[in-house]
Amino acid sequence: MSDKKQASPLVQGYEVVIGFETHAQLATQSKIFSRAPTAFGAEPNTQACAVDLALPGTLPVMNRGAVEHAIRLGLALGSHIAEQSVFARKNYFYPDLPKGYQISQFEIPVVQGGEVSFFLGDEKKTVRLVRAHLEEDAGKSLHEEFHGMSGIDLNRAGTPLLEIVTEPDMRSSAEAVAYAKELHKTVTWIGICDGNMQEGSFRCDANVSVRKPGAELGTRREIKNLNSFKFMQQAIDYEVRWQIEQIEDGHAIQQATVLFDPDTGETRAMRTKEDAADYRYFPDPDLPPLVIARDWVEQVKANMPELPRQMAARLVQTYGLPEYDATTLTQSPAMAAYFETAAKASGQAKMASNWIMGEVSRRLNNEEKDIGQVPVSADTLAALLKRIADGTVSNNAAKQVVDALWSGEGSDVDAVIEAKGLKQMNDSGALEKIIDEVMAANAPMVEQFRAGKDKAFNALVGLVMKASKGKANPQQANDLLKQKLQ
Amino acid sequence: MNELHHLGVAELAAAIADKKTSSVEAAQHLLARAKEHQNLGAYLAFNEDLTLAQAQAADARIAAGERGLLLGVPLAHKDIFVTQGFPTTAGSKMLAGYQSPFDATVVSQLAAAGAVTLGKLNCDEFAMGSGNDNSAYAPVHNPWDTARVPGGSSGGSAAAVAARLVPAATGTDTGGSIRQPASFTGITGIKPTYGRCSRYGMVAFASSLDQAGPMARSAADCATLLTAMAGPDIDRDSTSLDHPAEDYTRLLGLPREGATAAQPLKGLRIGLPKEFFGEGCAPDVLAAVRAALSEYEKLGATLVDISLPRTELSIPVYYIIAPAEASSNLSRFDGVKFGHRAAKFDDLADMYKKSRSEGFGPEVQRRIMIGTYVLSHGYYDAYYVKAQQIRRLIAQDFQQAFTQCDVIAGPVAPTVAWKIGEKSDDPVANYLADIYTLSTSLAGLPGMSVPAGFGAANMPVGLQLVGNYFKEGELLQTAHAFQQATDWHLKTPEGY
Repeated sequence: MSDKKQASPLVQGYEVVIGFETHAQLATQSKIFSRAPTAFGAEPNTQACAVDLALPGTLPVMNRGAVEHAIRLGLALGSHIAEQSVFARKNYFYPDLPKGYQISQFEIPVVQGGEVSFFLGDEKKTVRLVRAHLEEDAGKSLHEEFHGMSGIDLNRAGTPLLEIVTEPDMRSSAEAVAYAKELHKTVTWIGICDGNMQEGSFRCDANVSVRKPGAELGTRREIKNLNSFKFMQQAIDYEVRWQIEQIEDGHAIQQATVLFDPDTGETRAMRTKEDAADYRYFPDPDLPPLVIARDWVEQVKANMPELPRQMAARLVQTYGLPEYDATTLTQSPAMAAYFETAAKASGQAKMASNWIMGEVSRRLNNEEKDIGQVPVSADTLAALLKRIADGTVSNNAAKQVVDALWSGEGSDVDAVIEAKGLKQMNDSGALEKIIDEVMAANAPMVEQFRAGKDKAFNALVGLVMKASKGKANPQQANDLLKQKLQ
Repeated sequence: MNELHHLGVAELAAAIADKKTSSVEAAQHLLARAKEHQNLGAYLAFNEDLTLAQAQAADARIAAGERGLLLGVPLAHKDIFVTQGFPTTAGSKMLAGYQSPFDATVVSQLAAAGAVTLGKLNCDEFAMGSGNDNSAYAPVHNPWDTARVPGGSSGGSAAAVAARLVPAATGTDTGGSIRQPASFTGITGIKPTYGRCSRYGMVAFASSLDQAGPMARSAADCATLLTAMAGPDIDRDSTSLDHPAEDYTRLLGLPREGATAAQPLKGLRIGLPKEFFGEGCAPDVLAAVRAALSEYEKLGATLVDISLPRTELSIPVYYIIAPAEASSNLSRFDGVKFGHRAAKFDDLADMYKKSRSEGFGPEVQRRIMIGTYVLSHGYYDAYYVKAQQIRRLIAQDFQQAFTQCDVIAGPVAPTVAWKIGEKSDDPVANYLADIYTLSTSLAGLPGMSVPAGFGAANMPVGLQLVGNYFKEGELLQTAHAFQQATDWHLKTPEGY
C-alpha cells in the first residue's frame, strides 16, 4: 500500500501510476452459460451451441465450475466472496457478440477486495484488488481470410472469464510486470487458468497515468490486451515516456484506450472517451442472483492446495530459508516440489535453495525451459549437494558435474565425479607439497604479501587451486597457505 | 365425424381413444377447417406432412394400448414458441422463414404427452401488443365480430380456439397476453406463476415477465394442457422454478375442503379490488363481471372488498421494465447471424441500422427506443431502478390482499374488444387498456380469464381470477366450478 511504500521511482520527475485489469480464462470443461466445450484452436464455430449463437429462445444457465473457480481465486487472494452477486448485461453491438450484450457482473461482483503480494528485487510489494467478476468472453472476428467481408468464429463466445481489477497501486513497469507474474502464478497454481498468454488465456489491460509526486491522479490511458510480460514492460515504458512528453509539451492527456504494437514498440489510440459507449448495464433478468452458501466456500477451501504464500511461510519455518528464497522457490508447485525433494534428500536446505535459484534456474532460463523440463532430477541434485557438503567436490567442481548431468553425459553423481576426476584433494600432505611449489615459483608475490599487500594472498590461493586442477579444498588451501606465510 | 371441431380437448381425446375418430382424421379435419377460415388471420404456418406424421405416431401409440389426456389431440402454438419443422417468426419480418434447430420445452413436453402440432399461430410482433394488429403478417380478426380485434398478443391463439379451428393452443403472457385475448374471444386462458412453465424456446420479449400458458374452451382443458406444459426445467432456464410438476386436474369437480356438492366453493373468499371496479371500467363489462360474481356467491363463495393501491402505477412500471428488457433481448436481431439482413448497406453500422429498421415494425421499434432510453446512463436510476422498487411494492400489495382473500377477481380489460384500427394510432390508449392485467404479471402471480357473459355489441367479457403463487390448481378448480354452473364458455360465435 502506498503509505508503506518506499519513495516511488520517478521517471523524469514524474510518478508513474498503474492499475491492472486482467482477464483470466477459466479452465472449465464447458462454457460459462452453456454446455458447449471450451477447447482452443478447433475449427471455427464447432465449439458453439445454440446458446452461444444466441438463437431465439435460448437462455443462459450458470456453470457451477466457473463459480467454483472464482471462489478459489477469492480464497487465494484473501478476498471477500459475496454471498450474493448479480449478473448484469453489458449492451453493445458487435458482430462477434451474438446476443448484442455480454453477461458480466457490474454492481455486485462475486469476489470483492483482496490483495496480491510479491517481491520486487528484495522489496515486498502489495497490490490491492478492487474486485474480480465473472463474465463471458466474446467470439472473434476474422478479417484476413475473407475478401471484402469478415468472418465470425463463435468458438470462444461464452468462455468463462474472471476479470481481476486492482487499485492503481503500482508505481513502475517493473512492479506492474512483477504483479502480473505473481497473479499469473496464483491462477495457474490454484488450477483455475492454464495461463497460456499466447492463446489469450491470461490477458492484461494496464491503466497508466503519470503525475508529479503528491499531485492528483493524472488522466489515464488504458493499454489493452497485453499478452506477454515482455510486451507489458515495453508498452508501459513507451506509454509513460509518451505521456510525459505530451505533458512537457503542454498537452493534456485525453482518456483513451490504446493498443500496443510490438512491431513498432509504440502504443496507438483506438478510441477516446468521447466515443465511449453507454453500455446500459442492468441486472440480467434471465439469471437470478448468484447465491454462494458458506458451506460451499468451506468445501472449496478444504480442497484448496497449499497456496504460494502459505507454502513460502512453511519453507521459512521448516527449512530456515530467508523469505526471499522461499518466495522465489514458490514460483510454481513444480519448483517448490523440486526444492522440497532436494532439500529433504540432501539435508542441505539452504544449499539446495542456492543451487536451484542459481545454477538450475540459470540453465533453465538459458534454454527457455521450465522446472517441469529440468533434466537433472531433484534426487540427483540432492546426491550432488551431499558430495559438496561432505567435501568430496568443491562448488566449482560441482558445477562441472551439473554440466555433465544436464547434457546427459552422465547420470550418476559419483560416477561423474570419478570419471571427470573432480574429487577434492583432502590429503593435506599433497596439498602442502603443491603450496610449497607455488610459493617457491612465485617468490615476489610472497614478498608482496608479507609487505602488507593482502591482495597477493587471494592470487596465491588462486594459483594453488589452479595447480591442484581445482581439486584442492579451497578452505583447506586457505588455511594451509596462511600458516605457511606466517 | 363432421363436427369434431366442436369437441374440446377432453372430448376429442376420448373420441380418439375410443376409436370414434383417429388423430389423423382429426388433424386432417382441423387443417382443412383452418385453411377454410384463413381470412381470420389466425394461422401463420402449417406443415401438413409433419402434422400427419405426428398424428400417425399418436394413433400408433393408441393402437399399442397407450392412453393419455392429450394423446392424438391436435394443438397449435403461438409463433413465439420455437418449433422444429415450422418457421418461427414471432410475428415479425425480422424472423421471416426462421427455422429453429430445437423445440421449446413447452412444445416438446406437449409433444411428449402425445399432442399433435397443427400449425403456428399469429401474434403481435414479438408479443408486443394488445390487439394483434402489430403482427407483421396480417391482423387477426375476432370471430365474434371480424371487424374487431381478438386481443393480443396471443390473438391468433384466441381466435383459433374461439372459432373452433383447434381445441386448444399455447399462448404467452407478459402483461396480459393470454388473459386479455381470452376475455375478448370468450375462451378460457391461464397464465401460471412466473417460472412454472419453462421459457426455454420462447422468443423473449421481457424475460422477467414472459410466461407460457394454455388457452382452451374450458378450465378443465386448460388444466390438462398446463399439467403437460408446466414443471421444472432448471438445466435450460435459470428462472424455471425448481418445484415438482403437479396434476392440475386433481381438484376439478371436487368441492373445496369443508364444502358441499351443492355449494362447492363454500368458504372461498373472493377479493374484489376497489381499483378494478372504478370509473375506468366500462359499465357493460362491470355488469357481466358482477353477474358472474353473483353466480360465485351462489356457489358458496363470499365476496370481500380489498385494495390494490398501486394498480395505476403498474402501467408506468410495466412500460419501463418490459421495454427495458425487450431492448436488450432484441439486440441479437442484428442481421449478422440469423434473421433479416438489409440487402444493401455501406458499413457495419449501416447494416445494423437498415436491417433493424426494415425488420422491426413500429411498435417494436417504439419499445426498443423506450427501453434503451430508460436504461441509459443518467436515466437508469430515475426510471428502471425506481420501477423495480415499485414492482416489489406491487407484489407486497398482493401478499397483503391474500391475507384477506383466497382469490382476487375483477375484469380482465376495461372494455370489450375494440374495432380493428381504432387504437392503431394511439399507443398510450393501448397501454392503458392493460391496467387490470399488468400488476399480476409484475408480481409473477397466476391469473386467468374465464368467460363471464357478453357486453357491448354482444362481445364476450372475461372474468379475471388471480391466485397466490403456485395456486393454479385452486384457480382452475374455482373456474371449473363456475363453468359447471354456467354455459358462457360453451357459446360459439355465429358461423363457426
